[in-house]
Amino acid sequence: MFVEVRWHGRGGQGVVTASELLAGAALAEGKYLQAFPEFGPERMGAPIRAFTRISDGPIEIHSHVYTPDIVVVLDPTLLENPAITEGLSDEGKLIANFSGTPDEVRKITKFMGRIYTVDATRIAMETIGRPIANTCCVGALVKVTSLVGLEQVENQIRQMLEFKIGKKGADANVEALRRAYDEVRS
Amino acid sequence: MSTVKVITGNHAASFGARDSRAEVIAAYPITPQTQIVELLSEFCADGTLKAKFIKVESEHSAMAACIGASAAGVRAYTATSAHGLALMHEMLHWAANGRHPVVMANVNRAMGPPWSIWTDQNDSLAQRDTGWLQFYCESNQEVYDTTMIAFKACEQVLLPGMLVLDAFILSHTYEPVEMPDQELIDEFLPPFDPPYKMDLDDARAFGALTTPEWYMELRYLIQEAHEKALVTVREVEKEFGETFGRYYGTLELYRCDDAEEVILIAGSTASTAKDAVDIMRKGGRKIGLARIKLFRPFPNEEIRDIASRVNKMIVIDRNVSFGNQGIFFNEIKASLYSAKNRPPVYGFVAGLGGRDMKIDDITGIVEQADTCDIEEILWWGVKL
Repeated sequence: MFVEVRWHGRGGQGVVTASELLAGAALAEGKYLQAFPEFGPERMGAPIRAFTRISDGPIEIHSHVYTPDIVVVLDPTLLENPAITEGLSDEGKLIANFSGTPDEVRKITKFMGRIYTVDATRIAMETIGRPIANTCCVGALVKVTSLVGLEQVENQIRQMLEFKIGKKGADANVEALRRAYDEVRS
Repeated sequence: MSTVKVITGNHAASFGARDSRAEVIAAYPITPQTQIVELLSEFCADGTLKAKFIKVESEHSAMAACIGASAAGVRAYTATSAHGLALMHEMLHWAANGRHPVVMANVNRAMGPPWSIWTDQNDSLAQRDTGWLQFYCESNQEVYDTTMIAFKACEQVLLPGMLVLDAFILSHTYEPVEMPDQELIDEFLPPFDPPYKMDLDDARAFGALTTPEWYMELRYLIQEAHEKALVTVREVEKEFGETFGRYYGTLELYRCDDAEEVILIAGSTASTAKDAVDIMRKGGRKIGLARIKLFRPFPNEEIRDIASRVNKMIVIDRNVSFGNQGIFFNEIKASLYSAKNRPPVYGFVAGLGGRDMKIDDITGIVEQADTCDIEEILWWGVKL
């Protein structure tokens, strides 16, 4: 297995944290991984990308990701941007934070591969109380790809976030993760 | 029990300095500084690391403070990048010439203008002649490991050492990094105990005016120390490998045993190039790779040894010496002049200012070397 994931979002939405969460969970399962942000300056609100590589064997490659297997879009306002599907073949998967159906996303993106939607902003508002869609999108990704186990991601959230935002905040993120896992549509 | 953390190259450097028990960290905390000293300042503030953190007003002062600490017999560490390193230049000479084994991480970034925050090697290679040991790392694990390897080797030969990591490609990329038990590290790297230090009860002069009668002898001793360092680094790497199970060497050979041609390269691009070597091997090419881990002192003998076994060498430089050619290319050819068997050597300048180096770029360079003129200075992928 050698899988490349590309994350799209805006500065401040936790895009890099999402790539890190997935990487941490992969490590806990004994897989090899690499996660990195867009190489450049970051500005709050500007479109940014992040990347995760997961493999059964050691990862030597240190170049950018050009042909991702999976694209995750954290911000629905980015779906119209052609950069979303760049390098993504029809064999790939597109997971979008979007309140509508996968067919609606297909109309916007013209992507012909498999599309999944999750109303991550709403779930985040109801659980975390802020429109931070990153943990929800990780939940949807885990359901759709089985790259890592849900429990491992939960452990990662607790390890990474309890220290930063306290136990209550981490619990809310775990709830968001689980709800997105259950509510993702195909 | 060792622990594994998924961390950036920047933080791998910070943890390396923490676990090496650096005692003084002096740094200028503003751009082009990195997260390396940010995390170290947190370690110092929360007591995880019992070190004095000195905030200074420039990189020049950061190195001056490290030199002072080292002269007083204390293990000193700092980190910088690109223009910060350039501003340190005077003090880099002072550290080496004064024989102070300061260790520093430098995040390889291109020099401006035009302003760039992406990687190339011109910042560190411009410091080639300052007398510092230079270690080029390929992965975050290697950044962490090399911090303690550098301290141990540098303190034995009394020379400062710079470990170099590529901007973004390592500095901002998360990879798993295994950190051994502190007890084992302490055994590997005992406290710094220099033969001479600034001590009120045993007063000595440091850096005093030296007439032509003795200056040259002091320079000769530095050259001698560099020659010794080549052996010392190998021994320390070997001991590190035996203790912790990871061995890098001074010139790392990859699939070179039956190779007819070899790529020579430094930094994180080497790892991508290893994948390219695997692909070209599948296509029937007998190609290998030699990664330059240690640039100063330069592993001349190892370069000559690999040269004697292949028909062609291809050097990829993420740097350039304007008016001449790629710096590794130049150094490698100089090292081969006295060799009995020396194959043709092709030099490519590539990936400046962080231009991505893909597997296709490496295979493309190798293919171009099949047909190009050896006298040419080859700039890979220039859109002009």
